[in-house]
Amino acid sequence: MTTYIMRRLIQALFVLILVTLLVFFVMRLLPGDPILIYVAQSADLEGMTPEMLHKLRHEFGLDKPIIVQYANWVSGVFRGELGTSIFYREKVRTLMMERFPITLHLGLLALILGAVLGVLAGLLAAVRRGKWVDKVVTPLTYVGVTIPVFWLGILMIYAFGLKLKWLPIAGYTSPFDDFWLSTRRLVMPVICLAVFLLAANARQMRSSMLEVIRQDYIRTAWAKGLRERMVILRHAMKNSLIPVITLMGMGVGIIFGGSVLVETVFAIPGVGRLLVSSIFGHDYVVVQAITLVIAVIVLLTNLIVDISYGWFDPRIRYS
Amino acid sequence: MVEKDTTGAEFQDAQPLVSEWRRFQRVFFSRGVVMFGLIILLLFVFTAIFAGWLAPYDPYKPGVGKSLFQPSKDHLLGTDIFGRDTLSRLIYGSRTALMVGFISVGVGSIIGITLGVIAGYSGGISFMVIMRAMDAFMCFPMILLALVVASVLGGGIQNVIIALSVATIPGYARISCGLTLSIKENDYILAQRAMGASNRGTMLRHILPNAFPPLIVLMTTQLGSLILAEAGLSFLGIGIEPPGAAWGAMVNDGYKYLLNNPVLSFAPGLAIMLVVFAFNMVGDGMRDALDPRLRGLL
Repeated sequence: MTTYIMRRLIQALFVLILVTLLVFFVMRLLPGDPILIYVAQSADLEGMTPEMLHKLRHEFGLDKPIIVQYANWVSGVFRGELGTSIFYREKVRTLMMERFPITLHLGLLALILGAVLGVLAGLLAAVRRGKWVDKVVTPLTYVGVTIPVFWLGILMIYAFGLKLKWLPIAGYTSPFDDFWLSTRRLVMPVICLAVFLLAANARQMRSSMLEVIRQDYIRTAWAKGLRERMVILRHAMKNSLIPVITLMGMGVGIIFGGSVLVETVFAIPGVGRLLVSSIFGHDYVVVQAITLVIAVIVLLTNLIVDISYGWFDPRIRYS
Repeated sequence: MVEKDTTGAEFQDAQPLVSEWRRFQRVFFSRGVVMFGLIILLLFVFTAIFAGWLAPYDPYKPGVGKSLFQPSKDHLLGTDIFGRDTLSRLIYGSRTALMVGFISVGVGSIIGITLGVIAGYSGGISFMVIMRAMDAFMCFPMILLALVVASVLGGGIQNVIIALSVATIPGYARISCGLTLSIKENDYILAQRAMGASNRGTMLRHILPNAFPPLIVLMTTQLGSLILAEAGLSFLGIGIEPPGAAWGAMVNDGYKYLLNNPVLSFAPGLAIMLVVFAFNMVGDGMRDALDPRLRGLL
């Protein structure tokens, strides 16, 4: 087990280096001179002398060779220093501290909702295969994995926000300021974000559960007279959860990807929306920081999933 | 995973009782929902090809004094803010979806499969480098990677195609690498080596055909996800430039007039969903018909 973990850690480190290279060099190929864009957005371009532009460039470190810029950037990242936003004139760290908790709040709720309800729905559909639960759940899972999240958001805004007026249609409030309003505002975005994962989990759970309940040891469990609850929860569920755990590892990436769209639809000031606006504003320092942070979180989740997977299923370790 | 085909290769002279193709047809066409998906797909492709004849109006020309019409006999789905017929734009939007989907899958799969087969077949350092690079790519959620690549390259539909192709490469590479690793353990590959066949020939003539069934299933379902991703990107305003029609962008345009004219947003979203659903269904049907053991793996 220790060798396995060590091997995975070394692999992850290698991938991490590749990720930083990717993020840095891809972003530096951006069209347009970031300094000129910055100047055009904040002051009058005509009033700037070439010397002033040069000074600004020097201030942001953009006049050094690209390898040096990369090295500076990486060493900064390790110190938690993500640079200064050209557009907001603020430390990216400060920006991230403001925006990240919002996405995390939204994303974690969606992840939990998707996992718990998805596993439950898949379990029920498998155990009651062909009965009404299955006939309702299975088609719904097909809808869930195909519906565009941004469109679902708009449908919900139309139905529950504009027509029925049950829920506020946009914005975000911190739960520490006003818990009730915060929850009401989050209901629709969280459901939107969770739907794909919920449906995918339910499908995976249903098919792996159907696979498992055909196994001999389940028949044995039935034969020795265990109650249904025992057979399903104690014996069948444990093994069917393994593929679902893998899916949950991917789920983190899916949530971050979805948050870009959901935050745009519901006007939530999280990192997803910050990313979109930074891309349009060519604010490459912010884009770099956000993509890096998300990629590292995905990398770490996959690492944890892989290691726990090796723990659940010892056959993996030796292959 | 593909033992079925290896036995086929061993007994090439013996005629199977039921041909592979027959068996495929029987399973594939037996499920109603798969047939439903197939019909939607055919309609979708037909619409995209014959958009010029099907569309009742010019999808790009603004209609003076016809802004935001409700659905009526003349304009079945109403008109947008510029007075353009929504149905015509919807019909033309299918071209964007079809083009982006097919080209991205084509480019992404060719590059990804090549990398995956080379990594799996050669092993060693090239396996390490290729697969770790793919792992690095996979740390970025697909829409995020496409978003960043598209922004680096600038707007325009061709850059969205490049972005989405790049985003799909690691998926193909990973699957085809896994398939190659298991196929190359077969005796007929050993025989090829013993006979002194070239590596390239072995990969092209033996590994690739045997890895084909799962890959074609992946490509079909990928088409759906790519159309979904393209819709997401164009919803955010990346990709097709006005006055071009893309379903995602149409959803966003209609969003502003949700109370006056909800059809503007609802119709293109429904179109996206139907097409993605159709690709998923046909992919599932193909998977079950080609090799039921792939169920749960793809």
